[in-house]
Amino acid sequence: MRRVAVVVFPGTNSEVETVDAARDAGSDPYYVWHKDTDLQGADVVILPGGFSYGDYLRSGAIARFSPIMEAVATHARAGGPVLGLCNGFQILCEAGLLPGGLVRNDRLRYVSRPVRLRVEAVDTPFTNAYRKGEEITVPIAHGDGRYVADAPTLAALEAEGRVVWRYVGENPNGSTNGIAGVCNAARNVVGVMPHPERLNAPVLGGQDGARVFFSLEARDATQHAGDLRAVGGHHRGV
Amino acid sequence: MASFRVEIRVMPRGGILDPQGQAVAHALHALGFADVNGARVGKHLVLTVDAANSGAAEQQAKAMCDRLLANPVTEDYLVAVEPA
Repeated sequence: MRRVAVVVFPGTNSEVETVDAARDAGSDPYYVWHKDTDLQGADVVILPGGFSYGDYLRSGAIARFSPIMEAVATHARAGGPVLGLCNGFQILCEAGLLPGGLVRNDRLRYVSRPVRLRVEAVDTPFTNAYRKGEEITVPIAHGDGRYVADAPTLAALEAEGRVVWRYVGENPNGSTNGIAGVCNAARNVVGVMPHPERLNAPVLGGQDGARVFFSLEARDATQHAGDLRAVGGHHRGV
Repeated sequence: MASFRVEIRVMPRGGILDPQGQAVAHALHALGFADVNGARVGKHLVLTVDAANSGAAEQQAKAMCDRLLANPVTEDYLVAVEPA
C-alpha cells in the first residue's frame, strides 16, 4: 500500500474523486494543503484537477509558487512518482517539471465530455497496468488544454516515447500532435489533461481510468500486473 | 529610491495559434473592417515599482516576467519604464 499525497490548492475541485480512486485501487491517500511544506512521507504525489487561483494570469501560474511545490520538486528530482491531472498537468508545466505548456483550446470553448485516448507509453508509474497502444475512453473538462512546445522539445518527446496518451479520432482542443499527456525524461513525472479519476468504476459509466491508480499498486498485486483483480485485499474486475 | 510606472506587454508567441486573435479578426470583418489582416490578443500589465533608477526598475520587471508574468514557452514580453 503506497502513501499518495493529493495536493489541494485554493480552487482545486477534483481532490475528492482523486482520493477515492487511489483508495479504491488499494493505496493510502491523504490531502496535503498547498501551504504545507512537508509531504508527510508520500511515496506518490498527485496534483488534482480544478482551477487553482481561479486560473488567474495563466492556468497553474500562481499555484506553482505555493510552499508545497518545493517539496513536490524535491520528490520529483529524487525519482518519486508525480502525476498531474488536468490543472495539475498545467501546474507541472508552469513549474518546469514537465516540458511545454497548455494554452487556450483552439475553438475557445471549454470542452467537457468523454474522449478516446490511446495509451502510448506503459513504462511509467501511472500506466504500467495498460497495454501499449490500448484505446480507452476518459472524460476531459478544460478550457486550456492545447499542448504546445517548441520543435526540438516535440521531436524529443516523440523520439523518446514520452507522449504517454494521445487523442484518437478527433482532437478536442487542437493539441499539437494530438498530445493528451506527457512524461519527463526520467519518466517519473507524468501529466495528463483528461480525468482518469472520474471514470474508475462501472457505476460511473466506465472504468477505463482505474488502472492509472492500480498501476501504483501493481508491484504489490497478487496477480499479474495486467490482471489486477486482487490488490490490497480488494477484488476488482478491472 | 524613486517610483516608476512599469508597463508590460505579454503576447502569445508568434507561430502559436492565437484563437482569441482569430475570433477578434473575424468579428472585425463581420463589422465591415475588411482591411484587418490579422489580430493577436495579449495582456497589458501596469506595475508601480520603487527602484534606484529606471534601469533597475526594468531589470526587476524583466525578472518578474521571466519568473511569473510571462510563460517563456508560449509568450513573449516587452517592458517599458517611465517615472511614476
